Parts: sequence; C-alpha cells; structure tokens
Amino acid sequence: MRRNLWLGAALSSLVVLAALVSFVWTPFDHAAMNIPEKLQTPNAVHWLGTDHFGRDIFSMIMVGARTSIAVALVAVGIGMALGVPLGLAAAARKGSWLDELIMRGNDLIFAFPSLVIAILITAVFGAGAVNAIIAIGIFNIPVFARITRGAALSLWEREFILAARVAGKSAARISAEHILPNVANLLIVQGTIQFSLGILAEAALSYVGLGAQPPTPSWGRMLADAQTLVSLAPHLALVPGVAIILTVLGLNLLGDGLRDYLDPRLRVART
Amino acid sequence: MMTDRQSRDRGQDMTLLSIENLTLSIHGTPILRDVSLSIAPGEIHAVTGESGSGKSMTALAIMQLLPNGAQATGHITLGGTDILTATEAQMCAIRGRDVGMVFQEPMTALNPVKTIGDQVMETILIHKALPPDRARARAAEILARVGLPPDRFPLSRYPHELSGGQRQRVVIAMAIALRPKLLIADEPTTALDVTTQAQILDLLKGLVAEDGMGMLMITHDLAVVADMAHRITVMRTGEVVESASTPDLLANMQHPYTKMLFSASTHRVDLPARPAPTPLLEVRGVTRDYRLPRRHLFRDHGTYRAVSDVSFTIDRGERLGLVGESGCGKSTLTRAILGLEQVQEGQILLGGQPVFTGHRPNLAMRRRMQVVFQDPYGSFNPRHRVERLITEPFHLLPDPPKGVAREEAIAEALKAVGLRPEDAGKYVHEFSGGQRQRIAIARALIIRPDLILFDEAVSALDVSVRAQILDLLADLCRQYDLTYLFISHDVSVVRSVTDRVLVMQAGRIVEQGPTEQVLTNPQHPYTQTLIAAAPVLPDLGAA
Amino acid sequence: MLRYALKRLVSLIVSLAVASLVIFFVIEVAPGDPAQFMLGMNAQPDTVAALRAELGLDVPKWERYLNWVGGMLTGDFGTSYTYRTPVADMVADRLWVSLPLAIYALTISTLIAFPAGIYAAARRGRAGDVAVMGATQLGVAIPNFWFAMMLVLVFAINLRWFSAGGFAGWDKGLWAGLHSLTLPAIALALPQAAILARVMRSSLLDILGEDFMRTARAKGLSRRQALWRHGVRNALIPVLTIIGLQFAFLMAGAIIIEQVFYLPGLGRLIFQSISARDLIVVESVVMLLVFAVIVVNFLVDLAYAAVDPRLRSRT
Repeated sequence: MRRNLWLGAALSSLVVLAALVSFVWTPFDHAAMNIPEKLQTPNAVHWLGTDHFGRDIFSMIMVGARTSIAVALVAVGIGMALGVPLGLAAAARKGSWLDELIMRGNDLIFAFPSLVIAILITAVFGAGAVNAIIAIGIFNIPVFARITRGAALSLWEREFILAARVAGKSAARISAEHILPNVANLLIVQGTIQFSLGILAEAALSYVGLGAQPPTPSWGRMLADAQTLVSLAPHLALVPGVAIILTVLGLNLLGDGLRDYLDPRLRVART
Repeated sequence: MMTDRQSRDRGQDMTLLSIENLTLSIHGTPILRDVSLSIAPGEIHAVTGESGSGKSMTALAIMQLLPNGAQATGHITLGGTDILTATEAQMCAIRGRDVGMVFQEPMTALNPVKTIGDQVMETILIHKALPPDRARARAAEILARVGLPPDRFPLSRYPHELSGGQRQRVVIAMAIALRPKLLIADEPTTALDVTTQAQILDLLKGLVAEDGMGMLMITHDLAVVADMAHRITVMRTGEVVESASTPDLLANMQHPYTKMLFSASTHRVDLPARPAPTPLLEVRGVTRDYRLPRRHLFRDHGTYRAVSDVSFTIDRGERLGLVGESGCGKSTLTRAILGLEQVQEGQILLGGQPVFTGHRPNLAMRRRMQVVFQDPYGSFNPRHRVERLITEPFHLLPDPPKGVAREEAIAEALKAVGLRPEDAGKYVHEFSGGQRQRIAIARALIIRPDLILFDEAVSALDVSVRAQILDLLADLCRQYDLTYLFISHDVSVVRSVTDRVLVMQAGRIVEQGPTEQVLTNPQHPYTQTLIAAAPVLPDLGAA
Repeated sequence: MLRYALKRLVSLIVSLAVASLVIFFVIEVAPGDPAQFMLGMNAQPDTVAALRAELGLDVPKWERYLNWVGGMLTGDFGTSYTYRTPVADMVADRLWVSLPLAIYALTISTLIAFPAGIYAAARRGRAGDVAVMGATQLGVAIPNFWFAMMLVLVFAINLRWFSAGGFAGWDKGLWAGLHSLTLPAIALALPQAAILARVMRSSLLDILGEDFMRTARAKGLSRRQALWRHGVRNALIPVLTIIGLQFAFLMAGAIIIEQVFYLPGLGRLIFQSISARDLIVVESVVMLLVFAVIVVNFLVDLAYAAVDPRLRSRT
C-alpha cells in the first residue's frame, strides 16, 4: 500500500511545483488576451489550448494552482491554529462548562453547511479570496477541534498521563508535552484531507463568483467561464476539472498513504 | 490413508476430540508445533500456559476460526470428522451444533443491538433444529438453566442491561443451546471478579457433569486448572511440554517448566522485618462522591459514593495491602491519596501534612509519594526515551539534579530495578512487559519517595514474570526501607507481599488486620466469601 | 425512549435559537441601509424614513429580531426589499425544487453506497474491494458542479436524453419533474455516494473485527450470515451520522448545482438576492437551510435510538 503514498506525494508535489514555477515562469502571460488565437484546442504552441479571449490555458492553470493552494492552505492553518488548542482544552477539562461550550459551538458551526457560511460572509462583506479563506477556515475549526478532542480524551485515560499528573504537571503542560505529540500524526493526516476539501470548496466558491475576483485566475472561475462554451470547446471545461481532480486525488492518496504509514506504529504503541 | 483413519476411529471409541500432531503457522510465523491432545465425553481437559504459549490458537483451530493466513497440518478429529479437511459449509454445520465456544470477554462477546433471547435463539434457528416458536421456548429454558430465569431476565433484555457475569451466562447459553458434544471455554472467567468466577466455574462444571459434554478449558490460572480439570496439558511457545491427569501431574511433575510455573504461582517472597511503627500516611474518614449525569432537567443531579468514610494508617516501613473486587472504590481511593482528586469529607495526611490544600494538590506532599500502575504498555509515553520517562517525577523537585548528578540518579534507579544504565537511551517498545514494570518502579523510586502505591502493579503479568517482580519488591524493601500500599484484586499476591491488609467492599473498609490473620481466619462475611471463592492450588509441598 | 426524544428536541430548539441569533446579527453588521439602497442615493430623507418604517427597520435591533423570529414561527418571513412580495411566497416556490432535489440525490447516493460499501467490506483486499475503493477515491475528488457540466455535455448535448437545464415543474406531472431533476440529482449524488461507501466499508470492517462477530461464527453462522445479521445493523450507527451531515452538504451543494442547470431553486434565489442586496431574503433562506439541517440531524438522532438499544434506555 506504499504505492498510494508515492502516487499521492508525486501528484501533490507536481501541483505545488506548478504553482511555485508560475511565480518565475509561465509559457505565456496568463492574462494576455489574444482574440485571433481564441478557442484553440491543445497544440504545440498552446499545450492545453486557449480560452475565448485567446489566453493560454496552461499558464492560467499554473497560476490558478497558486490561488487554490493558498486559499486551502491558509484555511487549514486557521482550522488547526484555532481548532487544535480548543480540542486540547476541551479534553483537558472534560465535562466542564468549557468543554460543553466548545462542543456546542462546534455543533452550531456544523449545522451551517460550509457553503452557507461562505454565502453569508460574502453576502455581508463582499466576495473575494480573503473572505473565501475565512469561510472555509471557520468550517475547519470544529473539524480539528473534534478530532483533537476525541484522540486527546482517549489519551487522558492512559496511565502515562496519570503518571505525569502524579509528577505534578499541569494540564496545559501535559497537553503540550504528552498529548499533542501523540495526536500529531492524526492531525497531519486530517490536515491533508482538509486541504483537499479546501481545494474543492475554493473551486465551488469561485465557480459561483464568491471566490477570488478577476484578474486573479482560479480554476473554479475558469469552469464558470467555460460553461456557456462547453458544447463548442469542451477542453475549456475538461482541463480545469482534471486539474482539480488530480490535485484532490493526489492529496487524498497522500493522506491515506500517510495514515497507513504512520498508523502501524501508533497501533504498536497502543496494544 | 483411509484404513489408517478408520482403524484410529475404532481404536478410540471413547474419544470425542483428538488432536494429533497439529502444526500451525500464520503468514509463515510458526504458532503451534506437533500439538496432540484428546478429550473423552464428560471430561474436562485444561490447557494452560503463559501468554504466547499457543493455547488460544489451539482452541480456534478446533473451531476453524483462525486468522487469515493460517496454515495447519496434522489431524483434528471431532466425532469422526477430520476438521482440517472439512469444507467451510461442513464447519458451519459443526460449529454451534457439535462444538460450542465461550470466550474471554463477556462485555464484547454479545451483539449490543440484539436481545439476549434472539441471540440464544439464533443458535437453534441457524441449524434449523426447531421451528421458531419452539426455539423461543427452548431459549428461555436454556437461559433458566444457566441461571437467568425468564421471570427475572426476560428474553427481551439487551446485553447492556446485564452485568459481566450475567453476560457470560448468556454466552454459555448460546454455546450449549443445542447440547453440543464439546464445549470450548477460552479463559471464560479471566475478565470476571473472583466471586463471579466461582459461580461461572460451578455452572460449567455442573453442565459437563449433567450433559456428559467434553470440555476444553483454556486458562492461564493454575489454581482454576487444578480445581476443576480432570486432565491438564501444559503448553509453552506452541508446544506441549507435559500432559497428564490432574492428580498425576500435581503429584509428579516431570518437566522443569511445569514445576517453575506451579512454583511461581504460589511464590512467596521473603520480606524483611518492619521497623517500629510511626505513622506515615493517615486517612481519616475519607468520602468521595461523584456527580452523576443530571437525569431530569428540574431535579438535582444524583451522586455516587465511590468511597465512604474510610480511615486507616500506614506506618513508616509498613507494607499494607488493599484487596477488593472491581468497582469497590480501590482506584478512587488511590487517586485521592495521590492528591489527584479532591475528597468531599475527611482528611488525608502524609507525615502530618494534608495532600490537598484548598482546591489544589499539595506539591510538597506529592513529591513524597509515587505510584506504579497496572498496564505495563499504557504507563509510558511511547515517544519518549527511558531516561526522560523515569525522570518525569523530577518535575516535583524544587531543585532537580542536573548534568552528572542526573545521569547518576538515572543509572542508580535502573540498576536498583535490575536493568542496565545503558537502557536509558531506549524506547519502551524495546522492552518486555516485565521489564516495563521494572521501568515503572524505577520511575517511582527515582525521587526516593516516602510512600509508593502499587495499583494492580502485577495483575497484567504472566506468573513467572510476576514472581520476579515480587522478588524485586522484597529486595527493594531491604535496600530502601520501602513503605507501600499494594492494591490488588488477587488475594494470593497480597498475601505474599504485605504485612497488613484492608478488605474493601462497596466503598467501605469491611475488615483490616495482619495479613496472615485476616486471610486465614476472616471475620467479615464478605472477606469469607472472597477467600472461599478464590481458587487455591493444593499444597504441592506435601505431595 | 420518550425522554431521549424530548432531550434531543430541547437541544434542537436551543440550536435553532442560537443559529437565528447568529444569522440575524451577521446580517445586521452588513454595511448600508436597505431602504437607502432600494431608493437610490438621491432619494429624499423623508421618503427613506417612510420606507424604513414600512419595512420595520425603525425599531430597536432586539425588537426587529423578535419580530423576525416571531414572524417566521407564524410563517411570515417578511417582505422582500426588492420585489415587495412576501418572502414566504418566493421561498415556498423554490423550496419545491431544492428539497426534492436534495432528497432525490440522497436516495440515489444511499442506494449506490450501501451495496458498494458492503460488497467492498465483504471482499476486503480482493479485486472487488480494490475496484470499488479506486472508484470511490476518484468519486471523492470530483467537484460535483464539474461533474454536472460533463453530464450535460454527454447526456443533454450529445445524446439528447435530458434537457440541458431548466425545470419542467411539478404541475406537468411527477415524471416530468423528476426527469428534469435527474441529471442534477446524479451530479450531486455520485461524489456523496463515494464518501458514504467508504464510510460504510470502514465502519463494517471495524464491526467485523468485534468479538461478537466471532461469537456469531462460533454459533455456526457463515461469514455472509454473520455479516448481514450482526454486522450491517451495528455498522449503520456511524453511517447514519454521515447521512445526516450529507444532507447538509446536499442542501448546500444543490445551491451550486442549480446554477449549472438553471434550476429555479433556493440557490438561484440566494444569489439573486445577494447581488440585489435583498438581505431579508438571504437571511430567511439561510435560516431555512440551517433549519432543515438541524431538523434532519434531529431525525438522525432518533434513528440512532431505533438502531441502538443502549441509547433508548439511557436517561
């Protein structure tokens, strides 16, 4: 099953690489319109063809990877930075009002589908990449809080935590020293999965016009632009779609692979 | 081949099950080698041994419920059928009808979403032994037979509404519903309290006697074995080391491993004399209540009294035992003494100072106490090295040793428990269960506490390892004048390592006194039940 | 059982109350005065004031909140700022598109996922399992709106089996309505089915490792009988949670899929309202979606109790 890990790692690094290279080089200027060369199918000059303004699709995909990764990564960061401490705190004070408050708050966020949060936020504060990040990030908080709390709770039952308490360590110190390192693997795996969900969410938001605004290229908006032309030039819709699928597939395979790779050791420690 | 088997069958008319030269490997790892044993109707055959001896795998091989990747050679013949060559469909017909099986863990052996009646009935229905309406009546009958009469335990009960012992009775009912010829019991009482264990063993004995079933009993507990088996087979690392009828084996053990196993089970350590009594820990009228979840919005939440008005004293240099069954409040009391939880009433004083001041544990007191837990696998952070693990209590010291002094303290603690100073750089997964328990003791010793609490510290260990750890305790008593509180459910262990004993039941201390006196001449009815229920090995010295 | 249901009901009401507060105050902080916006920048101050009074904007915030909530309880969702028609009317029409779509998709998703997950678990590690898992891995990665575009391209534009968009309406008969919702429902359902099948498989595999499965086999049940009689019902417990969560995703996902198929559902309503700054409509539609999600999760909680007797007897 190591194959999953390598395939996932290869696909993910390919996308990250494309995004990084786009800062210094793209085949064409991704924003340059060239009406005479519009709607070309893939060919030797324009490797993935051109859109209805004659822009080079390969270049747009490269730069679009930047947007996708940036939005999803920051959203995962927000989720981890807030969710993990909340989860640790809730587990350390299990059953207290703090735990209750954190968990009820989580339930509340879960009751709002992520897209509805995004709609609410953009309706009030306007569309844009930053608000998209906030909307996706907010939804990541309860995910990380919940998974951290669940794993931490079972660790708190373990005798080595009791031993640390007998050694006079505070809950905060035990959380940092014993709990966090033992849930790190789990968080890495979940982080990869949330990252891939972030890519999908960003694409959906941009598709309905609530994500990154022009001229910032994004895969979701490329799909929205392609929609009316889909019968005329199917490659306009195919290319960004395949880019999204490969990225998400790569990240999911990486997450699964990491879980298989990291878990056996955890299991050995547990039994 | 055919004539061979026929002649064997004729020659062993009285044999219900015969295993011949069973060799088993799982994914190429050898598990069993050349195991042979046989069981006659009405016979109880016990297979015993320490963990990794292959006794459970032998049982699963008879059921053909082995893990994936298992490869078996040899013969297992049950009532004329060779199990190893039987098809899966034939095995399905045999399981439940000809062989029933009882497992170790009654809490998880039943399907939580089906009623006990349905689960017992299923054995009958799956073999189409009776039509559904009669199967229901039969299930009620069987449940009554195992001690769950339908007027008190209706068929519509769910497993979670029953205690562990009652659930084990349901599992037994499922196994014997079709009066199988053979009953396999894999550690059937290991997960149960000693008084429940005695009842379940009586039930099993009665069933064998009345129905003329053969029974294969897998257990690690030699006292249980000696008490009920007609025949004993001792296994070690996948091989049979010795097999004989129970009286023969007890009177005349041949193999050194068998001898070691039996002597380790009755191992008595040689404790040094205790110094003159000066009180160290005083527990005065301690009561600990837990809040129960609020059952009604407008009513007050209830409380559960885990420890109720407990008082006792531990003198300096004294080795005190605390025995009781699960749920009696032993663990709660341990936590209260360690100052991990606040008590509702009473006081706990160490050397005259309270362990809990205000709402905070008293660190000055806590550094004078340490604890060793039960689970040699769960008591360490798997990510830290031994040196970091055993120095964790240094956190309690205002001025912990550093540099060379720290190295020396680590080396000394490791040497004291029979490990090498070089072990400091290893991770716990590199050690065996017994060695881990030594590391746990090193962690407790490193700050030279006045008092150590052993919370079921040897309960998870095999008998031979347990004997070594108990010897280590006696050694440490000589070297360091230890004072400890030894908490255990096992009366025989407490007997060997304590001077005085407390007996706890339902949150109260019901009896206390010098260990020998309490255990040989118990006064309180509960202590009497507890001691009567504990299976005891016959005195082998006399034999 | 009744006590359990009541307890869940209380928690449902609390969730709804808190959700309504959050939605109301998020909308409240929106910059700009709806009355001013509707009348344009050049409107006379007294005209604006009159409109504010008409829209009920001239009273304190907490009173507006109470009016809004009280109105919703009696079915009065207020009046659209833009269209000057009752929001309830606008929402009701659209709901008859979005809700059937979500239910249709959930049905397809469950019908595909259950057999696929059970099949894969029963054949763990063999070719069938690998194939199903590979397909779900791909399914999880596909954005549903892109999949919708591909369905349109193949089945509407090339094969002409379905129309590329629009909604026939229920008044033309159940079949016509379902027919125009079929492609959107498939687009919504397949990625969700992939997730659900994975959950079903892993949940079933967890159960297959439980002690009571071995007990069942010791009674003489075949692997298959044990799987169906003891495995599936226990495995349903975590699967139900996911179904509850998926309903939330389907309601939200429908918003986007409606854009692809030009369906006159809540999604189109919400985007039109956002661009017109018709915040009272946004407010009500969001509240309605959250209401649907909370109610579905309440039903899931009740379903738990039906599956798991341990919940029934507790409290």
